[in-house]
Amino acid sequence: MKKFDYFKPTSLEEALTLFAQYGEKAKWIAGGTDVIVMIKQKTMTPDVLISLQGIPGLGEIKFNGTLSIGPMVTHRMIEKSELIKKDFSALADAVSWLGSIQIRNVATIGGNICTAAPSADTATPLLVLGTQVKIKSLKEERTVPIEAFFKGPGATVLKTGEMIKELMIPKPLPNTGSAYYKLQRRLALDLPILGVSVLLSLDKNKVTCSDMLCTTSPISSILHKMEEDQIICKEVRIALGVAAPTPMRAVKAEGLLRGKPLSDELLERVAETAVQEAQPRDSIRGEAWYRRDMIRVLVKRMAMKSIERVIQPEETVFPERLW
Amino acid sequence: MGKQTLSFTLNGEPVSVETESHLTLLQLLRDKLELIGTKEGCGMGECGACTVLLDGKTVNSCIFPAMEVDGKNVVTIEGLTDAQGNLHPLQKAFVEYGAVQCGFCTPGMVLAAKSLLDENPKPTEEEVRHGIAGNLCRCTGYIQIIQAIKAVSGQI
Ligand SMILES: Cc1cc2nc3c(=O)[nH]c(=O)nc-3n(C[C@H](O)[C@H](O)[C@H](O)COP(=O)(O)OP(=O)(O)OC[C@H]3O[C@@H](n4cnc5c(N)ncnc54)[C@H](O)[C@@H]3O)c2cc1C
Ligand code: FES
Ligand code: FES
Repeated sequence: MKKFDYFKPTSLEEALTLFAQYGEKAKWIAGGTDVIVMIKQKTMTPDVLISLQGIPGLGEIKFNGTLSIGPMVTHRMIEKSELIKKDFSALADAVSWLGSIQIRNVATIGGNICTAAPSADTATPLLVLGTQVKIKSLKEERTVPIEAFFKGPGATVLKTGEMIKELMIPKPLPNTGSAYYKLQRRLALDLPILGVSVLLSLDKNKVTCSDMLCTTSPISSILHKMEEDQIICKEVRIALGVAAPTPMRAVKAEGLLRGKPLSDELLERVAETAVQEAQPRDSIRGEAWYRRDMIRVLVKRMAMKSIERVIQPEETVFPERLW
Repeated sequence: MGKQTLSFTLNGEPVSVETESHLTLLQLLRDKLELIGTKEGCGMGECGACTVLLDGKTVNSCIFPAMEVDGKNVVTIEGLTDAQGNLHPLQKAFVEYGAVQCGFCTPGMVLAAKSLLDENPKPTEEEVRHGIAGNLCRCTGYIQIIQAIKAVSGQI
């Protein structure tokens, strides 16, 4: 493996000053699960690694009105957070199938989005949750919405010497549910063929047909029944991973549903519109036509899962309904 | 920068060792400390053969920077036997249930199982499978491994 120097600063100032000193020759290292692999594969050749492990305050999950996730929070910490499971469910879905426990014990959320792989599992949940990214350099601090963070495969808005200091997620509206689906061939150590996140905020959490969610009825029958309740979608966000050069929001699809009553016919059009907005390609993990077909299927299924999470029917079908 | 001195707890004993700053924990363990129980399979974080416990949690030592173990507590497969050299109950069960064939995955698998049971002493079969999902075994087909883990958790 290529030789490099390794610094372990113990404060933010020290870290940023060190980086400013080495500039292009340096890289940040968090858990190193991307950095060390890339150095071994010779796709990254830093002379200096600057570790963020010893800097206090970067590895905490806090909530006071807004959810604050430090960049050094590991996927395993997120997986174990009851608060995130309950109110920011799409993110909990994403980390529970990321890599393996060994990877999740070490790999961080900051590292995941900074690597900016089109397949990054936490990217689409962070998109639907409306995340703001706080970025710090020696000279300035700025905040960018996550939509503006990704610039291409492996590329972000971060300039040399900048680091992510915090991810901020607003408290969802009442009656919000969110869900992420990782389409993969095996349940561990696989990257997604496609990742789909949906967030829905409804105007109510009681519906007459909630029992139907506990059955194996087809989605269309459940939605037909729900139309009688006139459930309004107050907010909707849809995000797709591995469907374009960067993780993306399907904003046209969202626009069709926002403020409208839920119906089978409308969700069908929403899913179809999301397909049209995506620009998937053929790759080793899956072909473009398959990704398109699965966007149509999974947008609808993740909408149903979000609805289920709002309505929280008492009983659930066993084994848990896949949607 | 070059050489650095690291001090940490290794299998219950304090150690101090000089390392180059670019080594992985696996290189430190095998090449500097001559603890060759920890195996290198893929070298890329995929197979779990190099699993060790860092402050009680499993990590893939092949992609973990040695520099980060300073001040930490590391347990390798060599650290599982007791003071008299008796095998750990998990190791005994692996032998008894035929969960070891070529043995290359075993050190990592046993440590993954230990960490699973430390956190969740009575895992369901599903939880056992999820708990060892980061460890590949090319020989056993996993069934015997799962049985050995269930036996130790008093479920067989
Ligand atoms: C076997 C294996 C399986 C994997 N499976 C998955 C998977 O299923 N899904 C998935 O999405 N990923 C997966 N990954 C990729 C990787 O584990 C994740 O992207 C992980 O979250 C990276 O985090 P890290 O802390 O290890 O980052 P590092 O490797 O330390 O850093 C990654 C990049 O981010 C930069 N960086 C880190 N922190 C900051 C910060 N605060 N500010 C600015 N820049 C920063 C680094 O300079 C580097 O460029 C896998 C990797 C391996 C080896
Ligand atoms: S050798 Fe480390 S995971 Fe395969
Ligand atoms: S016993 Fe041979 S790889 Fe598991």
